[in-house]
Amino acid sequence: MATGVAAWLPFARAAAIGWMPVANCPMPVAPRDNHKRQDELIILNVSGRRFQTWRNTLDRYPDTLLGSSEKDFFYNEETKEYFFDRDPDAFRSILNFYRTGKLHYPRHECISAYDEELTFFGIIPEVIGDCCYEEYKDRKRENLERLQDDQEENKDMKLPKLNFRETIWRAFENPHTSTMALVFYYVTGFFIAISVITNVVETVPCGSTTNQKDMPCGERYTVAFFCIDTACVMIFTVEYLMRLFAAPSRYRFMRSVMSIIDVMAILPYYIGLVMTNNEDVSGAFVTLRVFRVFRIFKFSRHSQGLRILGYTLKSCASELGFLLFSLTMAIIIFATVMFYAEKGSSSSKFTSIPASFWYTIVTMTTLGYGDMVPKTIAGKIFGSICSLSGVLVIALPVPVIVSNFSRIYHQNQRADKRRAQKKARLARIRIVKSGSANAFLQSKRNGLLNELLELTGTEEDEQKLIKSTSLLESQHHHLLHCLEKTTCYPVCSLQAHEFVDEQMYKQNRLETALQNDPSRSPSICSHDSSVGTCCSHRVKRNAALPSVSVPSTHPIPMHQGPLQELRAIHIQCGDLPSHTTSRSNLNLKTDDSGRINCRGAQITTAIICLPTPSALTPDGDGLHGSAGTNIIKVSAL
Amino acid sequence: MTWAQRTTCSVLEQNSVEDELELSAVRHRPEGLEQLEAQTRFSRKELQILYRGFKTECPSGIVNEDTFKDIYSQFFPQGDASTYAHFLFNAFDTDHNGSVSFEDFVMGLSILLRGTVQEKLNWAFNLYDINKDGYITKEEMLDIMKAIYDMMGKCTYPVLKEETPRQHVEVFFQKMDKNKDGVVTIDEFIDCCQNDENIMRSMHLFENVL
Repeated sequence: MATGVAAWLPFARAAAIGWMPVANCPMPVAPRDNHKRQDELIILNVSGRRFQTWRNTLDRYPDTLLGSSEKDFFYNEETKEYFFDRDPDAFRSILNFYRTGKLHYPRHECISAYDEELTFFGIIPEVIGDCCYEEYKDRKRENLERLQDDQEENKDMKLPKLNFRETIWRAFENPHTSTMALVFYYVTGFFIAISVITNVVETVPCGSTTNQKDMPCGERYTVAFFCIDTACVMIFTVEYLMRLFAAPSRYRFMRSVMSIIDVMAILPYYIGLVMTNNEDVSGAFVTLRVFRVFRIFKFSRHSQGLRILGYTLKSCASELGFLLFSLTMAIIIFATVMFYAEKGSSSSKFTSIPASFWYTIVTMTTLGYGDMVPKTIAGKIFGSICSLSGVLVIALPVPVIVSNFSRIYHQNQRADKRRAQKKARLARIRIVKSGSANAFLQSKRNGLLNELLELTGTEEDEQKLIKSTSLLESQHHHLLHCLEKTTCYPVCSLQAHEFVDEQMYKQNRLETALQNDPSRSPSICSHDSSVGTCCSHRVKRNAALPSVSVPSTHPIPMHQGPLQELRAIHIQCGDLPSHTTSRSNLNLKTDDSGRINCRGAQITTAIICLPTPSALTPDGDGLHGSAGTNIIKVSAL
Repeated sequence: MTWAQRTTCSVLEQNSVEDELELSAVRHRPEGLEQLEAQTRFSRKELQILYRGFKTECPSGIVNEDTFKDIYSQFFPQGDASTYAHFLFNAFDTDHNGSVSFEDFVMGLSILLRGTVQEKLNWAFNLYDINKDGYITKEEMLDIMKAIYDMMGKCTYPVLKEETPRQHVEVFFQKMDKNKDGVVTIDEFIDCCQNDENIMRSMHLFENVL
């Protein structure tokens, strides 16, 4: 039942009195409205903007947030209002939905933000009114396509281990993946160009030989041209066979347009090899050579513009069809008219209607060769009408095709631009995230040093280091700390490699060791220990200071620099599985040194280091300290 | 509203309604709240609630027959309520100008919800008397009955038969038509209803609607 109509229910019920006198049976008892309360105004405070409405208005849609008891969760006792921490602008249209029964989509809103608001308030987007539904759907589809594009990009980047065949296929499809692919790409491009140029030059007259006849170059330097041709065909054949081998679905590959073009480019050569010097079929052989021109289409793999053009023509098939159809109609009409108009004139070239087709086509496309001209007056009149109409008929579908091409081209440009932007964006995000990673380690350090200083009793340093971290931060850090305590592994440096080297990782885990010296004197020792040792130390460790750092096995992002307790030793080289946000990715040169550190896993390095607050300048091995803090580096044994 | 005021008002309304081209711009503003309070038996608050509902569905302030049929049909989705809505509309449109204003609406509701039994029965008689000549004939009753049965729709159990309305009308006339002259007058009607327990009880059914 619609909303406003609910207000008319009292009327409908009252009008039912009209049935009473005619009723045969007694009426049922009316329902009682027990908790009948007067309609009251309720205040909805959305991020400071107060909206007020009747309670009944909201009750119209009981399966949404505002219409059900779910809004009680947002009730603020002191101010006696419902507080929502959401966008007040978007809330306007949502509240209007309750008032009028129609949900409108404001065009200036971002589609995903609006969707989120709808989801929050429990309103399904299908109730959007007809006036706005189309726009909403269009924008949603666009957004989805964009997201899908991005996802495909991500898939590319993931790079799982590919077998040989898949690597080749990827190299062919996307030449930028490896240097070899790029080289091959350019080589094939070069040879396509060479092949096309040879085909063209072959037919150019090349100066006379002794028998004083201008021969085309092809016949003069037969051997040279044959060699070039052979070389090109060799390359093309090899390429085609490799593609065929690497294709994930050979059948589908063989049916694709590009592969057909490839085949047609190399087939004439082989047929020619088979059929040489046979007079009967040499005519056919010559025809086959024409197909060599298809090699130029191989360029479409190299040029995106060509591909777009092809795609446009395909998508404008209906417009092209219309153009063709209307042209054919006009040609036939005018050819007939011209034929009969010129029939009277003698020595007229318009011998038949098909013969007049040529005249009509040449005139309508405004070419006007002049090899056929009308001589009678009637012919001239109709000829002029023909040329005028030709301009119109051709001009009509062309803008549609052009606009289609432009749209697809710009879409492509935008896709490329988005890809480039994304890379830069992700890089910047990584930097910021690793900055916050440092905060965690820094707070641990602060905690450590606080305890340190308590022991040593230096006041000034303490004050310097007690930073006022927010409650949120400190709680987060505490949480990470707890996680560290739960597992046995100290926080690790992230300057190691990007991808987990499984073997290395296992090795590192085995060699992790942790030792607490109850006497609280710095001690350094190392031993190859199994995980069991590590865990057995856990009990002891609990009694120690809480800031024992352990390398974490979990993909806790953003850790920078090894951090160790004075009293504890740990080996620092666990590789965390996901380093996508690690700043170290940006500094590839640290990889090797990191690797070296890890290889030295047999050896304990106890290092105390204090990473600087600015997370942007790592050293070669990621260890550095800021001024005013102690760096004690104990070299490996 | 005095009779003179009503006529002028209705004349004005009629003029504005007959302004064909401006049909969509017809606006009707009701009398002041005090006057309506005096004329009907609703309190201020109730009038406010009623008006708000009325205005939400009909922002222009008047209901024409099509809108009325639309609204009423939404309460009876299973059948066809348009015929009965037509009769209802005529019953509410007391000045017969083709549209129901808020005053008409509220007056009618006042009788139905807060009126005496006499007034309610009067209203019902008015509803059944389609041509408003003071007599209910069998044909009129049959029309009304058919309209009511139409609202039931096709999906009843047992299935409604063609002659059910006719039989119902026969029953009604047997009960109401005391002097068997084939028509029911207002006095016969009121007399008969007052003697019928069921009807009396059902008259009080909807009093707590607002």
